[in-house]
Amino acid sequence: MSATSARPSHAAQPSGSAFILKKALISALVALVLFSLMIGIRTEAGPQGGLIYWTRFGDLAALVGAVFGGSIVVELLRQWWGPVDKDRVVPKPVQSAMSFAGRWLAPALLVFTFLVPVIFYNQRYILDLSILVLTYVMLGWGLNVVVGLAGLLDLGYVAFYAVGAYSYALLATNFGLSFWVCLPLAGILAAFWGVLLGFPVLRLRGDYLAIVTLAFGEIIRLVIINWQSLTGGPNGVSGIPRPTMFGIPLTAGDDGLAAKLGIEFSPTHRLVFLFYLILAMALITNWVTIRLRRLPIGRAWEALREDEVACRALGINTTTTKLTAFATGAMFGGLAGAFFATRQGFISPESFTFQESALVLAIVVLGGMGSQLGVALAALTMIGGFELFRGLDQYRMLVFGMAMVLLMIWRPRGLIGHRAPTVFLERNQAISSDLVKEGHG
Amino acid sequence: MDYFAQQLINGLVLGSIYGLIAIGYTMVYGIVGMINFAHGDIFMIGGFIALISFLVLVSLGLTAIPLILLIVLLVSMAITALYGWTIERIAYRPLRHSFRLAPMLSAIGMSFVLTNFSQVSQGARVKPVPPIITGGYTLHEGPAGFAVQLSNIQIMVVLATIVVLALFTWLVSRTRLGRDMRACEQDQTMAALLGVDVDRTISMTFVIGAALAAVAGMMYLLYYGLVDFFMGFVAGIKAFTAAVLGGIGSLPGAMLGGLAIGLIETFWSAYFSVEYKDVAAFSILIVVLIFMPTGLLGRPEVEKV
Repeated sequence: MSATSARPSHAAQPSGSAFILKKALISALVALVLFSLMIGIRTEAGPQGGLIYWTRFGDLAALVGAVFGGSIVVELLRQWWGPVDKDRVVPKPVQSAMSFAGRWLAPALLVFTFLVPVIFYNQRYILDLSILVLTYVMLGWGLNVVVGLAGLLDLGYVAFYAVGAYSYALLATNFGLSFWVCLPLAGILAAFWGVLLGFPVLRLRGDYLAIVTLAFGEIIRLVIINWQSLTGGPNGVSGIPRPTMFGIPLTAGDDGLAAKLGIEFSPTHRLVFLFYLILAMALITNWVTIRLRRLPIGRAWEALREDEVACRALGINTTTTKLTAFATGAMFGGLAGAFFATRQGFISPESFTFQESALVLAIVVLGGMGSQLGVALAALTMIGGFELFRGLDQYRMLVFGMAMVLLMIWRPRGLIGHRAPTVFLERNQAISSDLVKEGHG
Repeated sequence: MDYFAQQLINGLVLGSIYGLIAIGYTMVYGIVGMINFAHGDIFMIGGFIALISFLVLVSLGLTAIPLILLIVLLVSMAITALYGWTIERIAYRPLRHSFRLAPMLSAIGMSFVLTNFSQVSQGARVKPVPPIITGGYTLHEGPAGFAVQLSNIQIMVVLATIVVLALFTWLVSRTRLGRDMRACEQDQTMAALLGVDVDRTISMTFVIGAALAAVAGMMYLLYYGLVDFFMGFVAGIKAFTAAVLGGIGSLPGAMLGGLAIGLIETFWSAYFSVEYKDVAAFSILIVVLIFMPTGLLGRPEVEKV
């Protein structure tokens, strides 16, 4: 396959109103055929069990009209903007301002994150949302080890999230172990499952790897659904204990934190505690990843991503390299899963579908694969954006899917297209991510 | 023995449907080198369009079942093919020369769009249809009263699969378009130099894949008598598993893989447990890939440094 060669030439494209009109007409015609049956006719199971239908030609006409208008607008915008891959001259002051912003963005973001519970103390919704965003940041950073650093495409990452969540839930509800004992256990168990997945896929490359990891994720979910005596099946596990602050429960009781400190109890305390807990866990993930990249094993991961054959020729043991990548990524997924279980207090297989895997993968790819800051920004964009569309109700996933397609077309290399090299000679120079191979397995 | 024969028939019928979907995956993979995650949802759209056009035709007063089925087949193939064309145009073509993961994520996004589009436009409830083709044959009456049944709809599914496959094989091996497709699969740049319109050929690949998925969708509708908006996901993953099992990129492999997955699933539900049939199919995929990393009929990838 030589799909990478031969860029399409952006020769002089025809313009003028006749061309735009023709294009819009074709789009409208295509839309008319596409939507004719799906929108124009609505079916529903009738009262007697048979199917009934009614027509919605008004909606159909409105939609086709919208496609016609939208197509004209898009074409006008395209002609105004010019060819996509033209190098745009950015003025010097703007450039330096941007590089200044780029340097201070991460610290500023970190300080702001630390202050979120202080600023939004009374807004429970924002606190909840930021905990969710941080969970996905941690998942993204965990998957980044596997996909971004080692270049192994993992479509079943949610399996480890599930293993971590169920490990904590089952250990806590059956044996009464505390969160702080279960957290490392959940991480270890997930890492063990990571190795277990790693073994069969050692020889696989690219898309074979992708489908096996996808199958693995589905197997874990199906086993959780069907092994009812252990996991409760589709009903899930409920009554998962809340975390304690090193043994002190965050409750209104006499031995609770509020009573001990002599302050008035408020349920927000627990939220704030959870917020700082996941923030600490995410930052540890980030720190460990950054440190690992400087160790021989991290270098080996990146070498493996670039060229497996060369890697072997240099005497790197690809087996252990791949297995450690899977185990490390899985461990972070498992830790995040344990946190998820304790935050929710209830888990069921519905939380661990392929959709979650796709979402985390989208966060990693949008983050520019390998860029830690990029993953955090992408998680904020995706989860925050998803929450913004809550009002759209049933159209939410539709809009989400469209946004995913558009974002990919707009920035296939992610929001942050450049990255700092791990190793450099004399001069630290940002490299374009176009030069980095990724996901070759 | 009778029970075994019955399960064999059921498995082959299910496998034919999977095989038809798997061909779409394998064809796109062979030419563009990407996993078309939206293909399962194209199958679902095909089923929905077959259902709606069937309903409309019946309410228009048509009574001849063969004529209705033929029109439904053509309509759903045509419209679903247009879906395939549009999706390639919108979501994949701008990313054709991008890095590998970009079109895949775009495809996952497209799959969300299609699933939720049909949920929003047609509602979330399962749509049942009354059995359209009834009757069948009893092949063998066992002593314990267990009869091996071969229903007309099963015959029709298998026959339709064979006819469509024959047409498709002819298309790939004997026509100009098929030659262009094989040329693009080997070397797109060289094919373009020799005057093959690569863009058009890739578009046609998606169109043909979608039309085959529409046939599968209609067969599913006739065989199981229902469609719902979420059926594309599971069927898509199974068919993709089938394509990988057979060796992705290989057309006979896709059909073989489809039959294998259908048989595994049916026999597992018949002799072991229904709940774990998908687990069995996926586990066998993993086991096969451990020993044959490129699937049953796939060519090993030669890496040049």
